[in-house]
Amino acid sequence: MTDHHDNLPAPVDEPIANPGLPAHEPRPTDVDKVAEKRAERQVATFFFLSMACAVLFVVAYYGISLTEESGDNTTFAGLGASHVALGVTLGLALMFIGIGIIQWARKLMADVEIAEMRHPVASSAADRVETLAALNDGLEESGIARRPLVRNSLLGAVGFVGIPLIVSFTDLGPVATPTVRRNTLEKTVWKEGTRVVRDVTGTPIKVEDLEIGDLMNCEPEGLVPVHSEEDEREGVEYLEGAELQSAKAKAALILLRMEPKDQTFSERSPENWSIHGIVAYSKICTHVGCPISLNEQQSHHLLCPCHQSTFDLADGGRVVFGPAARPLPQLPLTVEDGYLVAQSDFREPVGPSYWERDSK
Amino acid sequence: MSTESVATTNGKTAATAKKQGKGAKVVGWADDRLGLATVAKKNIRKIFPDHWSFMLGEIALWSFVVLLITGVFLTFWFKPSMGEIQYMGSYEQLKGVHMSEAMASTLDISFDVRGGLLMRQMHHWAAMLFIAAMLVHMARVFLTGAFRKPREVNWLIGGLLILLGIVEGFAGYSLPDDLLSGTGLRIAQGMMQATPVVGTYMSFFLFGGEFPGEIIIPRLYMIHILLVPALILALIGAHMLLLVYHKHTQWPGPGRTEENVVGFPMLPVYAAKAGGFFFIVFGMTALMGALMTINPVWKYGPYNPSQVTAGSQPDWYMGIAEGMLRIMPGWETHLWGLTLSWNVFIPGLMMPVVLLGLVLAWPFLEAWVTGDRREHHLLQRPREAPSRTAFLVAMMTLYGLLWAAGGNDVLAVLFHLNLNHITYFMRIGVFVIPVIVFFFVRRWCISLQRHDNEMLTHGYESGVINRSPEGGYSERHLPLSPDHAYRLTAGDRVKAIEESDAADANGVRGKGNTRRAKLSQALYGHDVDAPTAEEIEDGRRHLEHDLDHDDHHSADGHQYDGRHEVEGESLRGH
Repeated sequence: MTDHHDNLPAPVDEPIANPGLPAHEPRPTDVDKVAEKRAERQVATFFFLSMACAVLFVVAYYGISLTEESGDNTTFAGLGASHVALGVTLGLALMFIGIGIIQWARKLMADVEIAEMRHPVASSAADRVETLAALNDGLEESGIARRPLVRNSLLGAVGFVGIPLIVSFTDLGPVATPTVRRNTLEKTVWKEGTRVVRDVTGTPIKVEDLEIGDLMNCEPEGLVPVHSEEDEREGVEYLEGAELQSAKAKAALILLRMEPKDQTFSERSPENWSIHGIVAYSKICTHVGCPISLNEQQSHHLLCPCHQSTFDLADGGRVVFGPAARPLPQLPLTVEDGYLVAQSDFREPVGPSYWERDSK
Repeated sequence: MSTESVATTNGKTAATAKKQGKGAKVVGWADDRLGLATVAKKNIRKIFPDHWSFMLGEIALWSFVVLLITGVFLTFWFKPSMGEIQYMGSYEQLKGVHMSEAMASTLDISFDVRGGLLMRQMHHWAAMLFIAAMLVHMARVFLTGAFRKPREVNWLIGGLLILLGIVEGFAGYSLPDDLLSGTGLRIAQGMMQATPVVGTYMSFFLFGGEFPGEIIIPRLYMIHILLVPALILALIGAHMLLLVYHKHTQWPGPGRTEENVVGFPMLPVYAAKAGGFFFIVFGMTALMGALMTINPVWKYGPYNPSQVTAGSQPDWYMGIAEGMLRIMPGWETHLWGLTLSWNVFIPGLMMPVVLLGLVLAWPFLEAWVTGDRREHHLLQRPREAPSRTAFLVAMMTLYGLLWAAGGNDVLAVLFHLNLNHITYFMRIGVFVIPVIVFFFVRRWCISLQRHDNEMLTHGYESGVINRSPEGGYSERHLPLSPDHAYRLTAGDRVKAIEESDAADANGVRGKGNTRRAKLSQALYGHDVDAPTAEEIEDGRRHLEHDLDHDDHHSADGHQYDGRHEVEGESLRGH
């Protein structure tokens, strides 16, 4: 048990004696009947105003429709007319109640300050002794200290019961085993011969579609919905829903065409991965996975709008600035039937890092 | 104050005998079954002290109630599903667009349910108010030393509430499945995936596989409307119970001591003020929801993992994590085929918890350093604990800097600055500037302590300028009123432990004790003690002496401003 005096409030070392509570000063409403009546009327007025606003809310609810006959939204000062009317009437109805009650409390309710003594937060010493004794009695009678076999086996059983509880959450998602990772994080829908298509229209791209300095947001074919069956290409699987979203989150692509003389080739970015200065890089930032989209035309630098990591697409997607640690993965490009296609999938996992990633 | 006088002052409007009979009957019926009279008798007239800063926590409490009310409304229409449908609602610009049911139902709430947009915007504004009020309330508690014994547990509960509030806010922000919230979710997933050892597993479990999958919105919905709110509600309950049990802290002042609490009774005054304030907060959120557009998801469009808008920003309370993510250099370690992403793990997961933990740990550090194990119910002014105040202001500065770093692209555009330069500046600034601020604020507090002491011993500056026969000018100082003087001396100041005092009861100078004394000297050694009674008395005599020699031309300054006649009046403070 701790020293009991510790639980007393700190003694205040006071060079000036406490002058004590000042005398109560009556308010005008305490001494003046007229002022009191006036305050009473003020409070009631606020409550009546609130009622009026509540009624107006109902009027606005039924009276102002959300859309005009033309189908356009009914607006007021750029905001929805019904929305503004409902909000303002509701807001005022509530505010008037609040203002009325507080006015009532301030002007009419007794404003005499009352002093109440505090009690030590800790229980009394006697209570503590009694509690500890009761605890000891209870533990003694259970024999938990004397019977280690029972105690330890119980602890073991409770611990073991935790295992089924944890295990039963396994089906929340796939366990990220190496095989699972190979088929998910480490793979995208790009494969040999997949056409690069524009991300909105879904049309395939020829080398001459890109001028020097042009940047194009692209997807692999199959991820951009086509509007008629004629546009569908044989052998391409068109994804939908969640599958489409998950595929897009990894396969989104940036095409950039630059002067071939500006390019720096390396082991990561061999010469035969680009065509006439056209390079293809993953659009998914290697930092935390935002789609990169801001292009600095003069420098072939690409900036992620989320955290400003900047990558040099003329130099293997190298990081030139920002919090990203790894270059953007490059997609090996080639031309087939006059259109840009992938030579293969990305040679490394795209997107943000993860523990098991072998980044070399 | 005796109970007698309470009865006479507050009993004027006692209910009539007939009414009392009815009331007593109801109370009797309830008490026969619930036996609550014993508890209630102590609490119905429980005293709560009054100060504007005690209202900050109340804003948080009431905005949480508003969140519950508006949230229930929203659940009637919101469909937490990632199933893809074609939007056919009344918002023309998105008609025919494929999107998730979550997004489509959010648009329906906004455009096709009367009052739906109002409730959505009220919900969002109330969430911002909730977190903001909690943070400001926390700063108030910290700066006034209200976290000291016996309130440390409540301090920790409050810290947990802030953390949960932020998680809750982020979960709710992600539900509409619009482009902005989807980007936020993507960043959160990237951060989770970067956790060493378990990151990939955690991400796969939470998202049911790869990002985004089709289950994250239903799961976040459960977390947002059941799991976290239940925890918040339970912790708010504990927070309030402890508040009632400890009784509220109060400012020192005439008649207000460590042993008592002075203020107004729960019924009627405090109940009326707090209850009235609920309607004010509710009404304010309604007006904000009506007139200030927030999170217009229809402008962002549905989420598409391959799109992003430039200048995308998270809700403000995620700003510091965002700032740290942005200014962190791109450090990553690759070893034995494994990847450790310092660049994501440190700013995204570790530092936010570490920073909150530091602030939460301060009370324990302070108690250890000062060896103070007493109860404290009187608040301190920020100047009375200079190191504590300086620490929080330094942390607030860091918060502000990280916040600015989280909007470095916006700042660059706004002020035509180079984005890279802002980032480089922040990388160094977050380490240097808070330290400078710490020492600056501590000095500032100490000069304020000196100023208080000066006022106590030499009186206050009256603004009355005297010209001596020689033509010199001097300002007249007048003694403080007893109440004011008392208020300045009543707050207790932390005393540093001398190294010679560091020996324990047996005269053993343990290493820990020496270290503690050193730390104590570093933190509190510069503080100024309040003047002693003799010093104050001395100063007072001196002042009176000066005034007596002033040709008995007693002046309190008011004969110059014409507010009242001075003739024959005694000096103020006499």
